[in-house]
Amino acid sequence: MNRNTRRFAPLRRLLALLHARNLEFVRDRRTLGWNLLMPFGIVFAFAFIFSGPEKPLFKVGILTPQGVTLAQAKAANLHPLLGTRFVDFYTPDNADAAVRKLSRHQVDLLLDLRSMAPDKSASTATATAIAREPAHYWVNPDSPKGYITEQLLRLNDRSAVRNTVSGKAISYVDWVLPGILGLNLMFSSVFGAGYVIVRYRKSGYLRRLRATPLTAFEFLSAQVLSRLLLVMTIATLVFVPLTWIVGLHVAGSGLLLFLLASLGALSLISLGLVVAAYVSSEELAGGLLNLCTWPMMLLSGVWYSLEGSSAWLQRIAQALPLTHLLDGARAIMIDGAGIAEVWPHMAILAGMVLVFLVISAAGFKWRVE
Amino acid sequence: MNVGPAAAAASPQTENFALPPSAATPSVLLEATGLVKHYPKVKAVDGVSLQLYAGTCLGLLGPNGAGKSTTIEMLEGSLPPTAGTIRYRGEPLGDRFRQESGIQFQKTALQEFLTVRETVELFHGLYDHTLPIDEVLRLCALEELEGRDNKKLSGGQLQRLLLAVALVNDPNVLFLDEPTTGLDPQARRAFWELVQGIKARGTTVLLTTHYMDEAYVLCDRIIIMDHGKFIAEGTPRGLIEEHFGEGAAERPGPEGRPHNLEDLFLKLTGRDLRT
Repeated sequence: MNRNTRRFAPLRRLLALLHARNLEFVRDRRTLGWNLLMPFGIVFAFAFIFSGPEKPLFKVGILTPQGVTLAQAKAANLHPLLGTRFVDFYTPDNADAAVRKLSRHQVDLLLDLRSMAPDKSASTATATAIAREPAHYWVNPDSPKGYITEQLLRLNDRSAVRNTVSGKAISYVDWVLPGILGLNLMFSSVFGAGYVIVRYRKSGYLRRLRATPLTAFEFLSAQVLSRLLLVMTIATLVFVPLTWIVGLHVAGSGLLLFLLASLGALSLISLGLVVAAYVSSEELAGGLLNLCTWPMMLLSGVWYSLEGSSAWLQRIAQALPLTHLLDGARAIMIDGAGIAEVWPHMAILAGMVLVFLVISAAGFKWRVE
Repeated sequence: MNVGPAAAAASPQTENFALPPSAATPSVLLEATGLVKHYPKVKAVDGVSLQLYAGTCLGLLGPNGAGKSTTIEMLEGSLPPTAGTIRYRGEPLGDRFRQESGIQFQKTALQEFLTVRETVELFHGLYDHTLPIDEVLRLCALEELEGRDNKKLSGGQLQRLLLAVALVNDPNVLFLDEPTTGLDPQARRAFWELVQGIKARGTTVLLTTHYMDEAYVLCDRIIIMDHGKFIAEGTPRGLIEEHFGEGAAERPGPEGRPHNLEDLFLKLTGRDLRT
């Protein structure tokens, strides 16, 4: 070896390793493909979700007449307020829920147009509303934004009948904490269950277990229960001190919240198993598990409410387990909802558990192909 | 190709043929017929048949790529054949086979943070019929290591643990797939003693190995395999004498020593390096 070669030996060794690793990376086409597609997917998803012509300043709930959508109400000029820019209009699922949000300052004003009907005989250009009686609205006098929104309404409609609700504003921390706890539960569940099984398969441990009377369903059930025990213990250990430290309040039943969280964790663990059942590469598994978790991080209402966003976005969100976990948890924690209110979320989560477990068990691979 | 007592009776090594102590006519424990395994560009196993008799040790030998691992994986029930049938006690491989068989794979990782005893306990819990854990540990000379983490075991100790896991259900048939690869000579010989002890209990053994001395010591019968087919079968000594002449396993040959299984292996499979 000459002196120059020896002098650059560390660099040469580094380059040799770099070259070998790059070859390995480029030749693992599924991982390479994933690494290329993932950033594109995330950037486009963010751009699409957050793109929009204007950022609304106020949020107003509109109770539309039966069979009339918000878009139709706007098109028919059902109420002059609907033409106001920079206001986020949305149609709540029911009036009681909207009034509750108003009392917590999550909505600035609620306008009831159910007594009005669009004049179907008028042309689009001259569409007018036929009012049977004055519109009613609800406002929280303690809400600063409610005050401004009410002034906007009065400018457009002096005959509207005022109703008031009271209640303190819910802080963003109170609203977002369930989301953060849910996010932690999601990562721990999806990745914890998924990675371990992929590692077991790669190391040959699964193949050894396959040589015993153990069935795929038994193996997966044991993994699910083990992970569930772990994540729920951690979640409880984190949650309980939070109620003292930041004064996190649970208006509803703690037991119901625990049951809902357990069901949510089960569905997320089962989702991780779906990926783990079919994949043998840890890198590819990491990518696919990210693919499962990113949409939930963005669309399940962890950081902000999707209320008022487009219908298709909300439909996607409804297909995600974390959405049902968070919606249910917030209903229990903030609204004091009981089993009668949250059972639909629990039923959907239970259905997801069943579907994910069946898919996992049906396609479960004991060995690297 | 049959591997059984009828062939053994005609062999000069009949006295080494370990039959179950009480069985006048040993039963066929495992029978494979016309096994074929195709991969997209390779025919790994090309129509092989065998019968494994209760209480015997059969060795499956062959160069790298001969198809022996694929064959044993099919016999273990961990790899479905492209064609052919495998029957255990006359039935297709199923729950009964899993309950009554023990397997030591060539490479198996165990859970790192479990101790030796915890690992044996784990597998103990997966079977209906089991040996007491202490007996399994004693059989595999693991009593003094029972509290040690799996990740801290040496190669030989790990192989003994894998053997213990394979024995936990007191199997009727034990598959050993290259169990001593990578072990030092002392550990290999210690492992042979364990296998001899297991054979003495009447357990049927199917062994693959690259070590010809190991096959000679442990196996009652051997099959040599190449290019996906069985090319020779018989007792180790019988095959040496069949190819090198009577008494070739004892009297010095042209190289100044008796012929051994390695000579036979090289004669049948060639001296070219397999890629």
